[in-house]
Amino acid sequence: MARTLISVPKTAEAGEIVTIKTLISHPMETGFRPGADGRIMARDIITDFTCLYDGEEVFRAETFPATAANPYLTFTTRATRTGTLSFIWRGDNGFEQTETATLTVT
Amino acid sequence: MRGRSAPVLGLLLAWSATAAEIPVSERRSGFDAMSPDIQAMQQDEMANPGLLWLQDGADLWGKAPSPDRPACAGCHGEAGASMRGVAVRYPVYDAATAAPIDLEGRINACRARHQGAAPFPRESRELLGLTTYVAAQSRGLPIAPPDDPRLASARAVGKALFTQRMGQLGLSCAACHDDHAGRRLGAALIPQGHPTGYPLYRLEWQGVGSVQRRLRNCMTGMRAEPFANGAPEFVALERYLMDRASPLPLETPAVRP
Repeated sequence: MARTLISVPKTAEAGEIVTIKTLISHPMETGFRPGADGRIMARDIITDFTCLYDGEEVFRAETFPATAANPYLTFTTRATRTGTLSFIWRGDNGFEQTETATLTVT
Repeated sequence: MRGRSAPVLGLLLAWSATAAEIPVSERRSGFDAMSPDIQAMQQDEMANPGLLWLQDGADLWGKAPSPDRPACAGCHGEAGASMRGVAVRYPVYDAATAAPIDLEGRINACRARHQGAAPFPRESRELLGLTTYVAAQSRGLPIAPPDDPRLASARAVGKALFTQRMGQLGLSCAACHDDHAGRRLGAALIPQGHPTGYPLYRLEWQGVGSVQRRLRNCMTGMRAEPFANGAPEFVALERYLMDRASPLPLETPAVRP
């Protein structure tokens, strides 16, 4: 399990635009670099990130070999109802991680 | 002949004369010279990737290495209370080995003496994590070198290493960071070279590294052969650098380009 840091406001007013920040620990090995033995190290990157708000997709990003290690993504969405935000990272070698947070709308 | 060589000799002397140490009032962290974007990254509790390592360290702090041995927290309790103000003193004198010891060395010595565990390798995720966690407890406190006469020889060795020319380019630490701080080497700004935020997240490294990793980088750049990981020369140099940086506040985990 990769370590993640996720920032979601605890509460928001209905209709308010909230900022969400995500950070995940990942080497994002490009597949172009030689290792200590001179051989090219296999590519190992996160390729896809999705944020679901009560199952509905509100943000999606594709990442590529040029993306830096430990990718940090920040985005906004409109708070409409109290619900669960799911954050899903997918990548090479079957990498998949899901984290959740609750957004309470007052 | 004599008349012609004298001015040349004078020029050479002027070039090799080193500027004095940076006065306390003029000491500046490398933070001040960074772009606003990277400054914001360091200060944002959610964007600073060094916190990923810090969280690893927090977990290790509470985890016993084996069932019959205490975790760090078993002896030291809450790190926020017991470790506050520790990192700003390091490196200190270690009575058991009768030698100066840096924070990484202390953590490994503690593991060996009290936890019966093998030392973490230098620059391993675990050692960087624990060191970051311990050092971050002192964030914002001014660097406060201990007034310990037993450290005098390490301080002298550290200062000598700082001013000694080494490597194929014939540079010394002082030749850049004392004499030309604030000017440019190629496109890069030469900082005063204060280790205020270690272990820190370097964008170039795409990860967290120790001050010794930074020093090895510098030595490689000077085309000198770097000292080994954890070498007494590095600990002495760290001691001198922390003296030279006081009383700047500790920034761990800092972010640098």
